[in-house]
Amino acid sequence: MATAEQERAAGENNAANTASNRPMIEISGLNKWYVDFHVLKDINLNIGKGERIVICGPSGSGKSTLIRCINRLETHQEGSIIVDGTELNDDVKHIEEIRREVGMVFQHFNLFPHLTVLENCTLAPVWVRKIPKREAEDTARKFLERVRIPEQAEKYPGQLSGGQQQRVAIARSLCMNPNVMLFDEPTSALDPEMISEVLDTMVDLAESGMTMICVTHEMGFARQVADRVVFMDAGQVVEIQEPEGFFSNPQSDRTKLFLSQILGN
Amino acid sequence: MADAVLFDKIESRPPPRSEGGPLDWIRERFFGSVTNTLITIVCIYLLYVLVPPIANWLLFSASISGTDRSICDANPDGACWTFIKVRFDQLIFGLFYSANPDQLWRPITVFAVLAVMIAWLVTPATPNKREVGAFALLGFPVFAYALIEGSLLGLPSAPTNEWGGFMLNISLAYVGIVASLPLGILLALGRRSELPVIRSLSVAYIEFWRGAPLITVLFMSSVMLPLFFPAEVDFNKVVRAMIAITLFEAAYAAEVVRGGLQAIPKGQFEAADALGLSYWKKMGLIILPQSLRISIPGIVNTFISLFKDTSLVAIIGLLDILKTAQNASRSIEWKGFDIEAMIFAAFVFWVCTYGMSRYSQHVERSLDRSKRS
Repeated sequence: MATAEQERAAGENNAANTASNRPMIEISGLNKWYVDFHVLKDINLNIGKGERIVICGPSGSGKSTLIRCINRLETHQEGSIIVDGTELNDDVKHIEEIRREVGMVFQHFNLFPHLTVLENCTLAPVWVRKIPKREAEDTARKFLERVRIPEQAEKYPGQLSGGQQQRVAIARSLCMNPNVMLFDEPTSALDPEMISEVLDTMVDLAESGMTMICVTHEMGFARQVADRVVFMDAGQVVEIQEPEGFFSNPQSDRTKLFLSQILGN
Repeated sequence: MADAVLFDKIESRPPPRSEGGPLDWIRERFFGSVTNTLITIVCIYLLYVLVPPIANWLLFSASISGTDRSICDANPDGACWTFIKVRFDQLIFGLFYSANPDQLWRPITVFAVLAVMIAWLVTPATPNKREVGAFALLGFPVFAYALIEGSLLGLPSAPTNEWGGFMLNISLAYVGIVASLPLGILLALGRRSELPVIRSLSVAYIEFWRGAPLITVLFMSSVMLPLFFPAEVDFNKVVRAMIAITLFEAAYAAEVVRGGLQAIPKGQFEAADALGLSYWKKMGLIILPQSLRISIPGIVNTFISLFKDTSLVAIIGLLDILKTAQNASRSIEWKGFDIEAMIFAAFVFWVCTYGMSRYSQHVERSLDRSKRS
């Protein structure tokens, strides 16, 4: 059983190496239940290299659960998720490999409060990627510069504002040199005054060609950087469109209702 | 439409001072009402009745000179500290070393190294804490055993069965603490493991050991354990007591550590997972450093009670400080001085446990500070 699966996985790895224009993330027939509650229903979604996806929808629609499945913070029961040619299954090696390649930014930052900003950024590169400490620190300072808080490197997360903490969290993920970045409502826990500084960082990242999947209610951000907008409701994908069409000409009634509620007209 | 109302900037100013000096404070706190005044008067009367005779007995009329009981018998109104002075080596270092005073430098050296090591570890901002900590965990027990037991270093042998006095309490408590904490951490992790077998085994272990009184465990280790081994295997009593205390206390330590683990937000686990850290790296680098800090007051509390419980080894015939004190006050030379013996033993325990308790308070305060910033 196990060997058959390994062979299949190995085959997929080879396929990924040969087919260079294969999608970065392939989700097909994905179903997930929380006990009896059907939280994700038949999700099919391919995301290309360098593509920027914004997932929106009402709360409880399963959008956070979907992106948390991509790095196995949640397990799915049916269907498959293939990230950069590696299939997510119970194999711990696959899970750890995918987690190394996929960065995640959380709603509540989840910085490590007992470590300085710099240590937060170097911990995983040093212990997971086995990069020498000096080199990891140089990389970390480079990314802290990029998110515009190099002067906070020696401070502890508790001493920073929410917006600064979230930018550190983005830098921490980038230090692992990921191929994909997942954003789980990165601005929802922030004071209104701090939202723009985090969005600016995300726009900057999007322009650098990173593959990004963002669960967010920031429609301005979606309009500005998304290649496609995915609208979810009640555990299923309702509509996928380019932002232009999504906002000006939504197709489903559910999308129209949602947009009228959040855009307020 | 009303006009806009604008406000000038208001400069910050210091808070108002509380009024009244210490006299007002006393009047308000102690004589604020009729009830308070009555309680204050009763308390002052009780202090007047109790404190002078106790202080007199303990200190002002106590005898400490001389080397035999004649001076104490001549002075029945004061405590007999002469007894403690004469038997001091026996109470602290046990029978072997009080009988061989030329060897006393051995336990004294060990005590001195222990004191320096602890001071080093609890003082903030001393360098090389990691190395000193590793020595405390691994090197020190070997060093202490080699020097106190002696035969490994070619010194006159002090067999463990003859270890006694406060030195024995410290040895048991030290091994108990150093060995039960790691075991307790593993059990706490096991109890929260997702693997059902490991979880059930941890729960079974913890509930088993918490269900038995330590005195029973010690008794069983002394009486029952030898029945399961061939007669020529001779576990010595001290090692058996150390193993029993360690296994017993690990269960308590595990529950305290588990409390700390449960206080860590789920997001910390998820962030560590999302960065690709393996289970042990996640626990060792992210979760335990935070949860153990939270658990320190509870852990210290467990270890204070462990430390005092080392006196229970008297049940298996080991002469710890309490038993030594009791025996001494029943010897022919010093019969009748039980109270002095008990007060001394209690005082020695109190000094150590109070130190531990102060340290835990200090850690709590420094944690509060770091949270506020």
